[in-house]
Amino acid sequence: MKLNIDKIITKYKGKNGAAIPLLQELQELEGYLAPESIRYLSEHTGIPVAELYGVATFYSMFYLEPQGRHIIRVCKGTACHVSEADTLGVAIRSHLGLSEGENTTSDGRFTVLEVACLGCCSLAPVIMIGDTTYGKLVVDKIGKILDQYE
Amino acid sequence: MAIKTIKVGMASCGLASGAEDVYHAIQKSLPDSIELKKTACLGFCFAEPMVEVIDEAGKSEFFGYLTPRDADKLLNNTLPDRKLLISQKRDAPANKQLARQVRITTRHSGSIDPENIQDYLDDDGYMALKKVCTGMSPQEVIDEMKASGLRGRGGASFSTGLKWQFAKDAAGDKKYIICNADEGDPGAFMDRNILESDPHSVLEGMAICAYTVGAKNAYIYCRAEYPLAVKRLKKAIADAEEMGFLGDNIFNRGFSLHIVLKEGAGAFVCGEETALIASIEGKRGMPCLRPPFPAQSGLWEKPTNINNVETFATVAWIINHGAAAYAAYGTEKSKGTKVFALAGKIKNTGLIEVPMGITLREIIYDIGGGIKEDRPFKAVQLGGPSGGCIPADLLDTQVDYDSIVKTGAIMGSGGMVVMDDTTCMVNIAAFFLNFTQNESCGKCTFCRIGTKRMLEILQRIQNGEGVLEDIEKLEHLSEQIISSSLCGLGKTAPNPVLTTLRYFKDEYIAHIKDKRCPAGVCSALVHFEIDEEKCTGCTLCIRACPTHCISGEVKKLHLIDQDSCISCGACYSVCKFDAVIRTQY
Ligand SMILES: Cc1cc2nc3c(=O)[nH]c(=O)nc-3n(C[C@H](O)[C@H](O)[C@H](O)COP(=O)(O)O)c2cc1C
Ligand code: SF4
Ligand code: SF4
Ligand code: SF4
Ligand code: FES
Ligand code: FES
Repeated sequence: MKLNIDKIITKYKGKNGAAIPLLQELQELEGYLAPESIRYLSEHTGIPVAELYGVATFYSMFYLEPQGRHIIRVCKGTACHVSEADTLGVAIRSHLGLSEGENTTSDGRFTVLEVACLGCCSLAPVIMIGDTTYGKLVVDKIGKILDQYE
Repeated sequence: MAIKTIKVGMASCGLASGAEDVYHAIQKSLPDSIELKKTACLGFCFAEPMVEVIDEAGKSEFFGYLTPRDADKLLNNTLPDRKLLISQKRDAPANKQLARQVRITTRHSGSIDPENIQDYLDDDGYMALKKVCTGMSPQEVIDEMKASGLRGRGGASFSTGLKWQFAKDAAGDKKYIICNADEGDPGAFMDRNILESDPHSVLEGMAICAYTVGAKNAYIYCRAEYPLAVKRLKKAIADAEEMGFLGDNIFNRGFSLHIVLKEGAGAFVCGEETALIASIEGKRGMPCLRPPFPAQSGLWEKPTNINNVETFATVAWIINHGAAAYAAYGTEKSKGTKVFALAGKIKNTGLIEVPMGITLREIIYDIGGGIKEDRPFKAVQLGGPSGGCIPADLLDTQVDYDSIVKTGAIMGSGGMVVMDDTTCMVNIAAFFLNFTQNESCGKCTFCRIGTKRMLEILQRIQNGEGVLEDIEKLEHLSEQIISSSLCGLGKTAPNPVLTTLRYFKDEYIAHIKDKRCPAGVCSALVHFEIDEEKCTGCTLCIRACPTHCISGEVKKLHLIDQDSCISCGACYSVCKFDAVIRTQY
């Protein structure tokens, strides 16, 4: 594992403004930013731990906890909002049996997140699973879509 | 007439609607005589997946709403008329909508293959860069930009020529160019579409700008939520470098430019230029006080010119066709064309480019086809969280920077979200406040806490617990947030509240005084019941209900347990028999 982190570190060694890409690649590698990985990154780059956490907590794409195998982003942008995205979100969470405050299913299959806009507003309401976008969604299509994901 | 070429639209919306499957189905039965191509998007999102069919005489027709099963009919020219959208040969439903548009910035969108640099080159690609590098002085370029009247399309609408002048005149030999592709306004997708459909036009605009202001290094800061745009940009940069339009010694004139793509990490405020610069520097994306402006001291404290995607995509056209040709469109103070994203309760959702000065009514009714299900129009939201809602009686407002500002909204980056009578304006105001409150970087007290207080008041009103004084409180807090916030996010955050208060005060009053939500949206003020007569017992609602509070057997009347119902409306939206009744208390 450390071997791969070392590769990332070498790639950005001596480069300005590396904190964000370093964390992005670390997260791509490990799925989230684990405390020991952040510490390791800091020790080997000289970027203070506090600075790395400062960045990691500022941006919504960084996860400090393990995520499900598939990330579902439910758009809560304006166009989706006026197209009943709230109902859709509630239905997805209930379909997955998520209770309030919980974002990841207990079997680690899905994590449900809200995003501000996916840029496919014309097909509102929209969700994205991984890199795939689903538009013009209605509540009764959800089950079929989610079943496609292991 | 025999078909010569078929182009399949493959931008995000197309792909999300199944364009990939349509492409493969056509490919399967494709005769050798027909060329099959991929393109991106003409902006008719509502009709995706869409294809263009060009015959041997060069005449084209566009078909929409396709499924893989249509492939054979498409190839034998036997598609039903209801799938026809645009035609150069006969009357077609969307002919008029296209005729109302002027496609300058989106000139290549939906016609070229964005992943094929040769397509771009065949349509004047990199000609403007060549013209500039080999025959124009930087000042001549700036004069041309000034004469065109082009104003930045990212929201602040500052003169592009003037901005370049400042960057060129700034002292220092190390300068930077940044392309702002952080497009964060919910409801806006112009930049995504341009990046996916015509990435080279953005690169060419950036290169012309770099030559003009004297920069050798550039960044594109792209939202991470746009994976396809990122992929196409990366390919475009690599291809342009390989062919010598980017990199070292471009056109053998000693001019070099290296473009680096940076992916954002999910923070709306990073669209603000000083925050964006902090983010490229690897820091938290917090805005800082201007002056100094980026043109004096920007990235790594060097002079920096930052423009929006749409601004850059327009530059090459202006150089090729001349400032006068561009300025011939538009109004006295708002020259040229503007790209808008139409979304919400409008029939023809999609992307359009129109001359400035067109009216909102023309956009929404003539091009947008009117309101879904022919419901009454209530408002159109412009400018996202910094903008406002414009009501029906101002539909004849001209779309130019000054006229829109007069309504209390702003032009913004070009998102237009249309709302009908099922949208609650108090709910919309709360929606935007929730957004800004979440996205505030936290530096300024009023932006951080003031928006939260406003949101709490709005939520109270939505719950039927508001009092009339709340309206004054909202106005008072708005003034304070506007006057004591550092960046545009805070300064404009109250706009959605102020415009809804200005045009839809009666809705606020209905929530406060009558405890009634006229649009039937605010969940504390509505409840749901099942109509005995209409319910067929199809069980759809049971499966949709998140709190499992509906009971009933197949083909028998269903019942809602009112104590556990959270008024989410899921049953209401799934019932195909109008058997769920929504009533206001
Ligand atoms: C909160 C906030 C968010 C912004 N978001 C964007 C954005 O997503 N894209 C953009 O081009 N400009 C955005 N801007 C405007 C930029 O600060 C800047 O004015 C613009 O990129 C300049 O380019 P232009 O002159 O070509 O418009 C934002 C401004 C603020 C205050
Ligand atoms: S106005 Fe808001 S977003 Fe802008 S700097 Fe202040 S706190 Fe941050
Ligand atoms: S969805 Fe409608 S018709 Fe079907 S059981 Fe529910 S209320 Fe009855
Ligand atoms: S409104 Fe929502 S919670 Fe209430 S019965 Fe319908 S689906 Fe269930
Ligand atoms: S508002 Fe949902 S995709 Fe833009
Ligand atoms: S189909 Fe192209 S932007 Fe939607």
